[in-house]
Amino acid sequence: MPSDAAAGPASRDIVIEILRYRSETDQKPVPQAYRVPFTDDMSVLQGLQYIKDHLDGTLSFRWSCRMAICGSCGMMIGGEPKLACMTFLRDYYPGPLTVEPLKHFPIERDLVVTVGGFVKKIESIYPYLIPKTLRRLDEGEYLQTPSQLAQYEPFSDCINCMLCYAACPQFGENPDFIGPGAMALLQRYNGDSRDGAQAKRMEIVHADNGAWSCTAVGHCSDVCPKQVDPANAVNQNKTNSAVDFFLRFLRRPSDSPLGASDGGAP
Amino acid sequence: MKRSVAPLFWLPFGAGGMLSALTGPALVLITGLAVPTGIGVSPSFMSFARATAFAQHPVGKLILFGVIALFIWHGAERIYLTLRDMHAGGRLALMWICYGIAGALTFVTVAALVIIGF
Amino acid sequence: MSGPRPYVRPAETLWWAHPPYLAYTLREATGVAVAGYALVLLAGLVSLASGERAYDAWLDFLKSPWSLALHALFLIGMIVHVWTWFRIMPKTMPRLVIGGRLVPQNWITAVGLAMATAAFIIILLVAEWMQP
Repeated sequence: MPSDAAAGPASRDIVIEILRYRSETDQKPVPQAYRVPFTDDMSVLQGLQYIKDHLDGTLSFRWSCRMAICGSCGMMIGGEPKLACMTFLRDYYPGPLTVEPLKHFPIERDLVVTVGGFVKKIESIYPYLIPKTLRRLDEGEYLQTPSQLAQYEPFSDCINCMLCYAACPQFGENPDFIGPGAMALLQRYNGDSRDGAQAKRMEIVHADNGAWSCTAVGHCSDVCPKQVDPANAVNQNKTNSAVDFFLRFLRRPSDSPLGASDGGAP
Repeated sequence: MKRSVAPLFWLPFGAGGMLSALTGPALVLITGLAVPTGIGVSPSFMSFARATAFAQHPVGKLILFGVIALFIWHGAERIYLTLRDMHAGGRLALMWICYGIAGALTFVTVAALVIIGF
Repeated sequence: MSGPRPYVRPAETLWWAHPPYLAYTLREATGVAVAGYALVLLAGLVSLASGERAYDAWLDFLKSPWSLALHALFLIGMIVHVWTWFRIMPKTMPRLVIGGRLVPQNWITAVGLAMATAAFIIILLVAEWMQP
């Protein structure tokens, strides 16, 4: 039930049109409308939960933290990629509000999309610190100044919600594009002063499906709920990749990922 | 993993973009609007004698080549990517057309500058 | 864990023509103005190499209403290019950190636009100075 403790007048109704798909019965997705009573403090996620609890228990959708940190509830709300837990029904009144699964991904069921491809991309970019020089325990921590931290910290805020992939038309055209989220994570490590594996990650950047599938549309950064600015991650690596394209013949070859980083991001 | 050739075209795109961002509006205003109408600048600003002297000077040649070639390569990259977005043709075909034309026009620029001589 | 039959939605081939991507397409279209203007200059250069009569014909073309309208369009395209170029430029750079703090990207844009304005004025002044 809508919260009785919510401030404000008696609840209004909004019609939510959800793109449903159940592979056992449906050939293709079909919209289904529900009338949901809501109060001004209710998120779209709470609207979906109301539908599941009171109107149609077959509705499937991902959610967890309901506070924009787990990245589970990404979906197309009113045609734009948003987190359902931080989007409010009051902003779409009187509706109808269209809710669809995240664009550019195969639909598993209702609002649940296939995320395996994205997970593989995250795994492929060496998403862990590979130190320039190993320190023994007795040598203490890897030290880093606030300036060095500021270089990459926004990229570490990514919650893997995949809204940027839904926003990116080049990913829509080419599902093999490594994409904004994976590039943000890549730059989180390449930009970390403690890391020494820039060259390894740059191999991914240099490819056609790396930074070069991007055409700087920039909508990924517009929709990011955490201000990660993945467009910055991808496009600064275009610069790195282009400079390296021409300067690589001046580099001396570096075999060990623990050796001096060269040819990559500073 | 195979490297993309895109950087080959992205750097001239970037250089042309920066050059046109800094000089484009002024150049269009002067050569395309002020000189032909004589408003603000004398119409003989670009007379045959003055233009020839400019194009024969090494610095003039550098400027003419830089502006014409970089502007063309900047436009070629943007046109290529936009045509690709619009599904106007296969990727390789569009690359050959856009970069091929840009290359040919660059050659024409050099040839003209050589013919004008010193 | 994939469902028995995941549904792949058909591609949207006209995404570039609708918001929010239309602004991006228009930005890219300024490349036509930049290249188009260069083609006019190239035509002038080729006519210059071809002799005085050919070059005078190019100068006459520049005086025509068609050419003036074309260059007005070029000018609009150039201005849109300048604006959008410096808005996107910070994205191609690593985060600027000064004194331990991130420099906001729109400061970098503002500096770029200021430089473009300065360059515009300087070129006009140089042209005035080079008057016959």
